Amino acid sequence: MLWELIARLSVVDARFVPPPSLVLSRFVGLFGDAAFVAAVVSTVLSWMIALAIAVAFAVLLGLAVGMVPVLRTVSIPIVELVRPLPSVALIPLVICLLGTDAQTKITLAAFAATWPTLMNTIYALGEVDPRLLETARCFRISRWRTISGVVLPSISPFVLTGVRLSASVALIAIVGTEFLAGGGIGLGQYAYMWGTNAGRMDIVLAATVFAGLFGGLVNAGFLAVRRRWLRWGPEGIGQ
Amino acid sequence: MSIVEVTDLGHTYGTGRAAHTALGGLSFTVDPGELVCIVGPSGCGKSTLLRCVAGLLRPSVGSVSYRGETVTAVPADLAVVFQDYGRSLLPWRTVAGNVEFPLRDRGLSAAERAARVAEALSWVGLADAAGRRPWQLSGGMQQRVCIARALAYRPAVMLMDEPFASVDAQTRADLEDLVLKLRAEADMTVLVVTHDIDESVYLADRVVVLSRSPATVVETLKVDLAGPRDQIGTRGSEAFVRLRTEVARLIRR
Repeated sequence: MLWELIARLSVVDARFVPPPSLVLSRFVGLFGDAAFVAAVVSTVLSWMIALAIAVAFAVLLGLAVGMVPVLRTVSIPIVELVRPLPSVALIPLVICLLGTDAQTKITLAAFAATWPTLMNTIYALGEVDPRLLETARCFRISRWRTISGVVLPSISPFVLTGVRLSASVALIAIVGTEFLAGGGIGLGQYAYMWGTNAGRMDIVLAATVFAGLFGGLVNAGFLAVRRRWLRWGPEGIGQ
Repeated sequence: MSIVEVTDLGHTYGTGRAAHTALGGLSFTVDPGELVCIVGPSGCGKSTLLRCVAGLLRPSVGSVSYRGETVTAVPADLAVVFQDYGRSLLPWRTVAGNVEFPLRDRGLSAAERAARVAEALSWVGLADAAGRRPWQLSGGMQQRVCIARALAYRPAVMLMDEPFASVDAQTRADLEDLVLKLRAEADMTVLVVTHDIDESVYLADRVVVLSRSPATVVETLKVDLAGPRDQIGTRGSEAFVRLRTEVARLIRR
């Protein structure tokens, strides 16, 4: 309401802050724009690939690190050293190595998205109830079935929380890289073009609204999965 | 011949200054089919003793033998029921799924497993709860699931570590009677660790009284109560009162 009022009363230039009603109608119009649809497809596909790579890598590495004490001791300092590296800071390096096509944003997003899942997996393995493991020992349950039937289900709520956080981090990294790195296509690039070249803030904001809605939906989807199947479990870290 | 034989068992946690001796060299035996209660003051090392008997903990000195062989790992036909039932059930599995879980590594067909699960659940009166989740059940019901899981495993010996310490008094009485009934039906040897004097006398054929930490055996009492036990008649009988007083006196000493 305030936004609409400010824009309508021309407190600020409507070219820079268009009223929400206009943004909304642009938002609906976006779906008729072939360039926009192509950008969304590119962004969503890259996002899914990056998230899949990050989750597969993070869960496997997390399991290895979390279950082998030596690996845990050695790798935690390395992880803590590499983790704070912002993925945008790696854009120039990755462009040099991989060029400006989709592999660049996928690589950067996968890098950024690895950490939440990895940290949650390692943390979860430390939280598996020792009494459950002892019960498994009492009943002479084999090592493999103890892992598949006790450890993996135990850590799944934490891992899911990690994946949910990784999903939003990956989306931010993809759109951010598209925006900053140029080349290629994608939602970030689409917004960049309309913003910098055409000065059409209404379309830029409409695309922003779309990105926000998409991120929100993904997050809600993960929360729904958790409510449906993992109601018994704890929450995980990094909320 | 005894099925469980504990000989000069001693255990010390840690070394040097931080060392804590929980068990101070104790010996006793359990005969097949017997129900033996180990009773002692809180913190005297009862759980350590049970963990040694179960093969979960290697004692510092002395030994535990099971059917004449020294225990180095958990014996195949031995089951344990813990006090904290809530933490020993898998929350993502149903009641039936929990009971069935340990049977998977035992080379049974799916039909055999299902039959055993159904039988064990009906023994503990939980046939109707088979499809529910452990966290949907009361504490007493959860502990019955743990007992059913142990029974489905068809153990020769069932070890129980303070099995009824976390449930209310009425549930506790019901579970005690359940153990007496099951033990008669399933032809098991049962070893119960408890701090409750009345419970030990009510359940046991023999009570092993432990001293304060580091635990040693103060005395072993034979419980010769007439007829089948019941919560009101037995607990009110002169023999029961005499025995519980005797045990209480031994523990205080």
